[in-house]
Amino acid sequence: MTENETQSVVLVGVGGQGILLASEILAQAAMQEGYDVKTNEVHGMAQRGGSVMAQIRYGTKVYSPLVPKNSAQILAALEQVEALRFADYLAPGGLAAVSAQAITPVTVSSGAARYPENVEEMLKVVFPRLVYFDAAQKAKEIGDIRSANIVLLGAVSRGLDLPPDAWQKAIALCVPDKFKDLNLKAFDVGRNFV
Amino acid sequence: MRYLMSGNEAIARGAYEAGVTVGTGYPGTPSTEILENLAKYRPKVYCEWSPNEKVAFEVAAGAAIAGARAIVTMKHVGLNVAADPLMTLSYIGVEGGFVACVADDPGMHSSQNEQDTRNYARFAKIPLFEPADSQEAKDFLKMAIQVSEQFKCPVILRTTTRVSHSRSLVLQEERTAEGKIGFVKNPPRFVPIPVWGRPMRQRVEDRLLRQKKLSESSPANRIEWRDRALGIITSSIAYHYAREVWPKASFLKLGFSFPFPDALIYEFASGVDSILVVEELDDFIEQHVRALGIRCQGRKVVPGIMELSVDRLQVARAKLEGRAEPLEKPVAFSDQIPPRPPVLCPGCPHRGVFYALGKHDVVVTGDIGCYSLGAFKPLDRMDTILCMGAGISMAHGMEIAGEPRKVVGVVGDSTFFHSGITGLLDISYNKGTSTIIVLDNRTTAMTGHQDHPGTGRTLMGDATVAISIEDIGRACGFKRVFAADPYSLKNAMKVISDELAADEPSLIVFSAPCPLRERRRVGAVRQIQTDVCKGCELCLGIGCPAIEGGGEMPKINEILCAGCGLCEQVCPAGAIVAGGRA
Repeated sequence: MTENETQSVVLVGVGGQGILLASEILAQAAMQEGYDVKTNEVHGMAQRGGSVMAQIRYGTKVYSPLVPKNSAQILAALEQVEALRFADYLAPGGLAAVSAQAITPVTVSSGAARYPENVEEMLKVVFPRLVYFDAAQKAKEIGDIRSANIVLLGAVSRGLDLPPDAWQKAIALCVPDKFKDLNLKAFDVGRNFV
Repeated sequence: MRYLMSGNEAIARGAYEAGVTVGTGYPGTPSTEILENLAKYRPKVYCEWSPNEKVAFEVAAGAAIAGARAIVTMKHVGLNVAADPLMTLSYIGVEGGFVACVADDPGMHSSQNEQDTRNYARFAKIPLFEPADSQEAKDFLKMAIQVSEQFKCPVILRTTTRVSHSRSLVLQEERTAEGKIGFVKNPPRFVPIPVWGRPMRQRVEDRLLRQKKLSESSPANRIEWRDRALGIITSSIAYHYAREVWPKASFLKLGFSFPFPDALIYEFASGVDSILVVEELDDFIEQHVRALGIRCQGRKVVPGIMELSVDRLQVARAKLEGRAEPLEKPVAFSDQIPPRPPVLCPGCPHRGVFYALGKHDVVVTGDIGCYSLGAFKPLDRMDTILCMGAGISMAHGMEIAGEPRKVVGVVGDSTFFHSGITGLLDISYNKGTSTIIVLDNRTTAMTGHQDHPGTGRTLMGDATVAISIEDIGRACGFKRVFAADPYSLKNAMKVISDELAADEPSLIVFSAPCPLRERRRVGAVRQIQTDVCKGCELCLGIGCPAIEGGGEMPKINEILCAGCGLCEQVCPAGAIVAGGRA
């Protein structure tokens, strides 16, 4: 990373998937490396089962906490259609890490809209650099489906220049002690998948 | 050591460091976390949720007049509720520092309107601080307390959603001494009856002139000289967006923005060739800059509706320079991406009540809270929203106007205590017959589950009296008062039908705790027996996110299902049964 470059990461999903915890860990990891860090998240109305986005920026000096369109180095999604919805945040050549999870919105259930059938094909068209895998399945395999957010974060870490010990310290800081080992394992699973 | 803190956490930290001992407020996104974080500094700080912003403001004012340093927190629309005490506290003033921390919501992320609180500072003739990030949020809160004590007047600290909810790095400092407590009787100072109020009126104006001198030399206002061709005057989060879009321009960044630092504005204007004002919402600074006789650009290129961003300022820059505006490319496949709006959670006790109301040709006047989501399809059973408590009073208004349909007023439990009670009094006093429904989920849910006078718990975590909504209804003169279980659709339908037919006013309290707060299921997870299901899709009519449609037959997502059983009660085929994990 050059002197004045700001690294931007956008995490998206559906309310309740653990986007905010993943965002906090990423921010802490960047802090461990001495960077200026800003994050942004949504509260209130936006959290009730709707689309959720968290944004993290770090560098020597960060101004806007909001990531401009077409500028994120990484777009990570815990729900596959959400990756498509927020695709325009990703910089040309940026990495998209998408979990193959599908959560049906009420607009689809009520018949007002359709959930696309060929999401993987669409993702491949939109994102030339795509990591597409089922983070929830991986999380289930290591014992807790709720750690899918950390599995995905592990995949995200491959696209950033933060060293492994910064991530480990950040996870230890952000999760309760009794879940530390599970989350470290989840992180490694995601990191090693890429 | 620097800590990553949200703007709201930083305000709380600033209050702690400033020696604040009293914090009050009413929850409202994006302001809520200020008081929640300040309460963590107990026992050095006492915090309380008050029933509404007016009460919170008055409690903090009383504390400050007794000598305590105090803050009161609320969202922008909350200050409308507290505007009455604000306007006169400006006259009588305070002894300990008093800061109203008010969070605006440009872009209406979680609000019914966009309004610019900076206008209130000018309206009430009191100082205004506008932090742009978390470090400033902490520093400016401390400055605001100082300014408040120096001039013995209230001060507003105004944030926006992005300042309150963005996290950035903050240096912490030690707590300073607290204020000296002891009310000193002085009627000409604290009693604004005309004979004493008129001199106060004059003192407010004199004070503004002295405050202007202070804002002109305040470190919260600063000039950053870079290239002199363009000078940008800005405040709050817009500063950060503008710094990315115009990295070479000179900046006048306002943090102590009212009374306007005129000398600084003149100095800046004389040092640059042209001026652009970049501010969110109203043209508060721009109008003043023009009134000073300084030519500037502003609203003509920078939008005043919805929040700003780096992207929107790139468009503004292109406009300013007469270039073609950067085109926003539509997202690929955008026509195939299904919308995902917020919805009532699985197991939400409000769902069945809206479903039952849907069986009647009535008008439903609503209120602010999670249940605002009842306005969306497929429930589609809320017809108006004005402000907290308005569902009750407006129901009465429609009735006396002669609305041919019966009108049902809906209110939440927290908003009932906030401003529903006076509406009830109005209906019974003026012989109305409206049916009022309280959707009581035992918490202030939408803002993140805060306690209120009905929950039996204080913000400090202590057990306290749980005030009964039914008792209040009876005390307000309602004779037909009913408590009902929102999870029993049959009973909900019956009580609603009965009360709509009554020729006197009724109050129905549908009470069940918010499952999201309880963090547990209401009952056993339901499943659809595929061999019994006829595919009629009536279960999709309750708008539950745990029931997935769009395929051949609906199916229940066992992870999301909260086990409330409403779907089972609407299924005519009896295909839905308790079958999953409890």
